[in-house]
Order: sequence, then structure tokens, then C-alpha cells
Amino acid sequence: MPEFTLDINGAQKTVETEPDTPLLYVLRNDLAINGPKFGCGLSQCGACMVLLDGRATTSCMLSVSSIGNTEITTLEGLVDDNAKLHVVQEAFVKEQAAQCGYCLNGMVMAAVDLLNKNPRPDDAAIREALQFNLCRCGTHARVVKAVKRAAKTH
Amino acid sequence: MIEATSTSRRKFLQQIGYISVGFPLLTSCIGEPDPVIATRVDYEGSLPGSMRGAKTVNAWLQVLEDGSIRVLSGKVELGQGIRTAIRQVAAEELDMELDMVEVQLAETGLTPDEGYTAGSGSVPNSAMSVRYAAATARQKLLELAGEKLKTSFDDLILFNGSIKAKKSGDSLTFAEVLNGAQIDMEVTTPVKIKSKTEHRYVGKAVPRTDIEKMVRGEQVYVQDLRFPGMVHARVLRPPGYKSQLVKVDEAGLATTVSGVIKTVVNGSFVGVITEKEYQAVKAERYLREHTEWEDNTSFPEQKELYNHIRSIAEPSSNVKNEGDVTAAFQGNSTVKATFRKPYLKHASMGPACGVAMYDGDVLHIWSHSQGIYPMRNAISAMLGMEVDKIHIVGVPGAGCYGHSTADDAAADAALLAMELPGKHVRVQWSRTDEHTWDPYGSAMIMEVEASLDADGKITGWKSDVWTDSHSCRPNGDAGTLLDARYITNPVQMKSRGYLAGGHRNADPYYAIPNMQVNAHFFDGPLRVSSLRSLGAYTTIFAIECLMDELAEKAGKDPLDFRIAHLTDERAVAVIQKLREMTAQVTLADGEGLGYAFSRYKNTAAYAAVAARVAVDKATGKVAVKKMWAAVDVGEVINVDGLTNQLEGGMIQAASWTLMEEVRFKDKEITSADWNTYPIFRYPDIPEVEVALIDRPDLPAEGGGEVSMPPSGAAIANAVYRASGTRVYELPIGVRKV
Repeated sequence: MPEFTLDINGAQKTVETEPDTPLLYVLRNDLAINGPKFGCGLSQCGACMVLLDGRATTSCMLSVSSIGNTEITTLEGLVDDNAKLHVVQEAFVKEQAAQCGYCLNGMVMAAVDLLNKNPRPDDAAIREALQFNLCRCGTHARVVKAVKRAAKTH
Repeated sequence: MIEATSTSRRKFLQQIGYISVGFPLLTSCIGEPDPVIATRVDYEGSLPGSMRGAKTVNAWLQVLEDGSIRVLSGKVELGQGIRTAIRQVAAEELDMELDMVEVQLAETGLTPDEGYTAGSGSVPNSAMSVRYAAATARQKLLELAGEKLKTSFDDLILFNGSIKAKKSGDSLTFAEVLNGAQIDMEVTTPVKIKSKTEHRYVGKAVPRTDIEKMVRGEQVYVQDLRFPGMVHARVLRPPGYKSQLVKVDEAGLATTVSGVIKTVVNGSFVGVITEKEYQAVKAERYLREHTEWEDNTSFPEQKELYNHIRSIAEPSSNVKNEGDVTAAFQGNSTVKATFRKPYLKHASMGPACGVAMYDGDVLHIWSHSQGIYPMRNAISAMLGMEVDKIHIVGVPGAGCYGHSTADDAAADAALLAMELPGKHVRVQWSRTDEHTWDPYGSAMIMEVEASLDADGKITGWKSDVWTDSHSCRPNGDAGTLLDARYITNPVQMKSRGYLAGGHRNADPYYAIPNMQVNAHFFDGPLRVSSLRSLGAYTTIFAIECLMDELAEKAGKDPLDFRIAHLTDERAVAVIQKLREMTAQVTLADGEGLGYAFSRYKNTAAYAAVAARVAVDKATGKVAVKKMWAAVDVGEVINVDGLTNQLEGGMIQAASWTLMEEVRFKDKEITSADWNTYPIFRYPDIPEVEVALIDRPDLPAEGGGEVSMPPSGAAIANAVYRASGTRVYELPIGVRKV
């Protein structure tokens, strides 16, 4: 099986896998990263989002061979070297913006991407930015509050 | 010595911010004041059902060597935050800091058998069992410490894992008191519990600690489990419920997909085990195109669903008959309507997953099942294996909202692990299988008719409910598991499961002298089981929409009309609270405000819900702008956990009401992904606001399902006020207004 060297959370990681393997499977299984979740494998729900060069992108249909030198950041990579949470992660904890939490990864990723582009989003901008992320528990209202809180401290 | 408070604990307690009053942080320094210990009162009520099979203190609670406490609960974490609620209750009774209490959730052989985590039952059963066990433990620890320290009960202070004699200053940790033993006495009433006015944790908004684990990407879910040498598998589901396997192309698979370890064919069950997960995905994809099945039966036509249901229903059975409805209807004007609700999906964000490993003697299973003990009985029956040779560990999955596919994935893993001893086999379901093999919430019809007298009072009420089963959960019948229906010597489910869930709340909670409820059970075309709030979402939709029609006919305000028919002051209080919450609402053109009320199961928690909707006159499109809930669950354990459940319930129910419907055509369920079964996305989400009426002296009822039943009706009533159109068939969607 061919080898691929990936730039993940600031480190170079080499994995041996079939080239058509989606990035999600490489992250979760070859690199034991829990952040991105398998939700649909169809790029419809957002649970598997990672940041690719800072942009929130679903990883479940993206083959590992197409990644190249792109910088990949997962939920784990948002935490700084002193184990301090990113402001968005911190805000999710403060607002208790989760029930089962399975979709949380994608919400955090989409929110980080949004705040990088628009540091002071209003309600409508937050809803628009998160529209690709599904949640079944109905924690949306709390997530919107968390993103607003993060924007204030960003 | 009493253990010094660590910095992190102190910081945590400061962050909670609620619990400072009368709670001096204790250090062991001489001269520090003793903590103020709350008074105890006798609890003489009944003990929770969960204690019937687990009567002793040590079934629920163990003292660890370091003096901290491990609480054992047979419930599982579904995102409802039960771990935190249980921790609060135990820490409260034992006057400990929260982080000195760890909570071990369901594992066979270790935790009590509490059946299923369902029906809003975790707080009233598990948390309350822990309360009485912890309170009993406290008394016993004090008694034993008194003997060891040779002093009287009154001289002792129990605090944070230690017991101190005030006069001598001597103290013992819980572990020293017990000296390696556990408390095996039975819990009996009266139990001395803490006076509820002196609670430090219970009734407060204690944050969940697992949310930080989630944001850090720590291992939380069954999907995150990794074992050395673990292999992956997928199961090839048949094209339809009744399909039988003819031929599977194993040879072609071996040459096309790499990494295949084993293909397991057992009757019409086909599973493929591979080295890597994506190989299993590709293997399943290959097999789907290269397997022959016997023809499958067709579904009825979607547009004929409700006629079909009526045509296959059994003769009606009378559920309730009070007074004389026929007489009440004579001479009074009546209002009659028929309401319809389609099949709904659980639609969990994470498709089911199960891991199993057969060590040659014991089969170990890791599952997000809602009931690991009942599932063990089902798997035991399916495999013909002794129950005590099956060990199941409950691990959280994504939210499930009722009996979904977790048990079936565990059964898949069990079947495959038995074929590959010594290996951990992880089975991951696809989104398509999750959507198409889910046991749905039943489609239902409810006909309601009520009579009004000249004073605008309801004199008679008749409900007729058409429903399939609302729980086909695993039990000792192997046929409750999907796989058992397809393996060699297949078994079908013997019973029809819990039919009565279908007419839950079909009898209005209002004081009506003549009332009749009839159930028309049917065995429908789609697989069904329990979905959050069972039949109550539909029965309350029908009842509360008709209440609005009746109020209008009587010329009454809809809330006044409801209150005029209620004799329970707690019910009136939530409605009054809701009125207060929505009093200042101003509506724009095309908007409407609607209300609904229910007492869940007519015996549990109270909820009144309001919805403000906007109807686009040109397109008929309905948007839910805001929802309010006023709720009384009796004693509140965790304010924020409960609020979170109630908010989420409203949003999920709003999604059901506006857009959800399982679609099928010919031989296929066509709602197979998120595009073909859309649910609410962010732009659809209403604002939500919750008010709680805390009643610490009344029993604590669960809140997981409580806000759902009135939410559908509140939206439909708001749509009527906004547009003048009454909606009788769900989902409200675009075309119906």
C-alpha cells in the first residue's frame, strides 16, 4: 500500500493506506484522532469536518491521495500546547452547547472557520455558516449562543 | 484527618457559583470552623422500581480506597446528562464534593439491571435509587464510625469522605470506617435524606464534565473504541424486510477488494470482516451489486398509507370508557376531526456501531444499547449461549431518542466475533442502513370528537387511535433482534411489543364527565419501535388542536378555555406561566401564536408550550420563529440539564412537525439519507425559551420527552392563527397551508 505524508495539527504524519481511502478513515483509524466523526459518509451532515488550510471541510469523501500539502487541523489541533482550549471550544463548554455531542466537532470547525473570516457575525451569519452541520438533539440555540460568546472573546 | 480541598476543586466550586452559601470550604487546619451539616428528614414514600432487583446499598454505591465514592447505575448516557444528575444526588446526600463521586454506568455483572434507559425514567428510577442508597450509606457510616471512635452520633460530622469526632478531633475516612468492606445492608424506609431546602448541588445548574471531553476530542463514544488488532466489518442488509439470500459472489469480492479477512454467510445474513474500515465499506458496496436475493414484497402506495392502515387494523379495543359519551353527544353540538402523522425516523447523527470479542469462553460486547441486560437476553437466545457467558459494556453513542439500531449493530458484532475468536470486531452501520432499517415511530391516525354545552363546557370526548406497536425492544425473544430474522433457522418476533404506547395521552387530561378512548392496532408495513414520547406526540397533537377549535367555537380565549377544564393546580400553573412568558409578544403580519398543554403520560411532568410562526402568504411556507415552554417536573435535579432537554425536545418536535416523513415507493424505502429525509438545519431553528417551576417536595419526574407532545400542536395552532388554515396531516410542510 502506498504511503502518504500529511500535515496534521502542525506535525508531519506518514500513513500507509489505499489511495482512495477518505481522509476521515485515515484520521480516525490510522492516526487515532477522535475529533472528526463518521455521520453519513455522503458529505451531508458535517460531523466529519476538519479545517483544510483553515476552511471547514467534510473529510468523509475526500480521498487521502488528494490532500497533498494541505494543512489539516482537527478538534485536537485547536487546543494549544498548554492544553488550553480554543475560544470556540471554551465557549461550547461555557454554554453547555451539547447533548450527545456527536455533531459538536463539525459545529466547532464551522464556527472557527466563520470567526476567522467574520469576527463579529450576527445571528443570521452564524446560522448560515452552520447550515451544513446537522444536529438531532436540538442544541442549535445553545451553539449559536456559544459562537456569539466566542466572537466576543476572539 | 479530613482531606484538604485541592485547588482544582476549589476553582471548580467557584465556577459553579451557586453553592457558596453556608458551605465553607474545609481544610484540615486547626481553627477552621466545622462545616455546617444540613438537617435530615425521614423519607417514608415508596422506593423506586429500580430498587426491586437491587435492594442493597453496595448494589448502587461503593467506597473506594481513597475514600471517594463510585456510584453504579444501570442506565446509559444518551446525551441527557444522567451521569451528572446522579453525581449531584450522591454528592448531596454524602456531603461530598462532586469530583469525589465517580459514576459507573451500565455494565453487565457490575451495575444493577435497570432495564432500558427510556420513558423519561432515569431520574425517577436511577437517580432516586442512588439518593436513598447514599442516604442509607451515610447513616451506616456514621453508626460504624461512632463505634470505632467510641463516641455518640451527635458528636460526629460526616463531610467529604471522612467522619470526624468533634470533641476529640479524631477522624476516619470512609475507607477506614469500612476497612475493606462494603455496605451490604438493604435500603428500607424510612430513609433519612437531606432536607431539600439545604441542597448544595441538587436543583442547581451543575455543568456536565463530559462536554469538555467532547470538545477536546477525547474518547467518548463506542465509535471511538480502539483495541489492539481490532478488525472492521459491515453487514450487507437485504434489499427488503422479506428478502431471502440466493447467492453471494465471495470469489469476486476476494479479487476486487483487498483486506478481506472473512465473509460470513449465515442464512440470509451476510457480513464481511476486513483489516481496515474502508475496505469493509468497499466490500459492502461490491456485495450490494453482486448478490442475488429472492424478490421482496411491495409497500402500499404512500398516498394510500392512511387508508391502508384502516384496512389492516384489528377490531377496535376499548381503552377507557367513563360516563356515557353517546348520551353526551346527543343534543349538544360536537366538533370532530381526524389527524394523521407519518412514520418518523430516530435519525441519529451517528449510525449504529458495535464492537465484540469472543475470548473462547466469554463473548464481550461494547454497545450503545439503551438496555444492556435485556439485550444480553436477546443475544443469548440468538446465539444459544448462556447469559453469564456474555459480558456487555454500555458505551455512549450518538443520541438515539428511543429504540433505534444500537442493539442490531451489537448483534452483528456478536455474530461476526463468534466467527473470528480472539479478535475485536467493530461493526459500523452505513447512513443508508441507519435510515432504512431503523425501527420507525409508527404512522398514526387519531379521530377526535367532543361536545360542547351552551356554557362552553366540554361534556363528552371520544378518541379513536390507529397505531402500530411503540416498543419492539430486545428481550429474551431472539426475534427482537434484526439478525435473528435472517440467520439459518430464523426466528421472527413472537409478540407485538408494547402496543399501549400508541394510546399514551389519548384521554385528555381535562375534566370531562364522559370520555371514551378506543385503540385500533395494526401491524403495519414498516419496522417500528419506540420513538421519543411514543404515541403522545400524535395524541396530544390531535387533542390540543381540537381544544383550540372547541375554544373558538365556545368563543373563549384558548388558554382560559383550557384552564376552565383543569382541576389540577400544577397544570394551571404551567399554563399561567406560559401566558406570562408570551404576554409581551407582538406579531407581525402573517404571524400567529399558538399554545398547547400536556401532562406526560397523564401522570408525570407538566408542559405548556407556545409557538410563534410566520406563514409566507405567497408560498405557504411555514417558519417557526420562537418557542416557549413552561414546565413542572416536580423536584428539579439539574436546572441546566433539564433546560437543555426541554429546548432540544421543542426543536426536534418542530422538525418532525414541519418537515419529516418516511417515504417509500414500490419495494423500497426511499428516505435513505439526509437529502431524502431532511430535518431542521440552522436557518430553520426557532429561538427557544424555557421556564421551570421547581417543586422540591414533589417527586422528580424525567424531562427527556416532556416538551415534545405539546410542541406539534402549538405549532399547528399558531399556523391556524397566522393563516386561517387548520392542518390535520403532518408534516405541515409547504403545500398544506
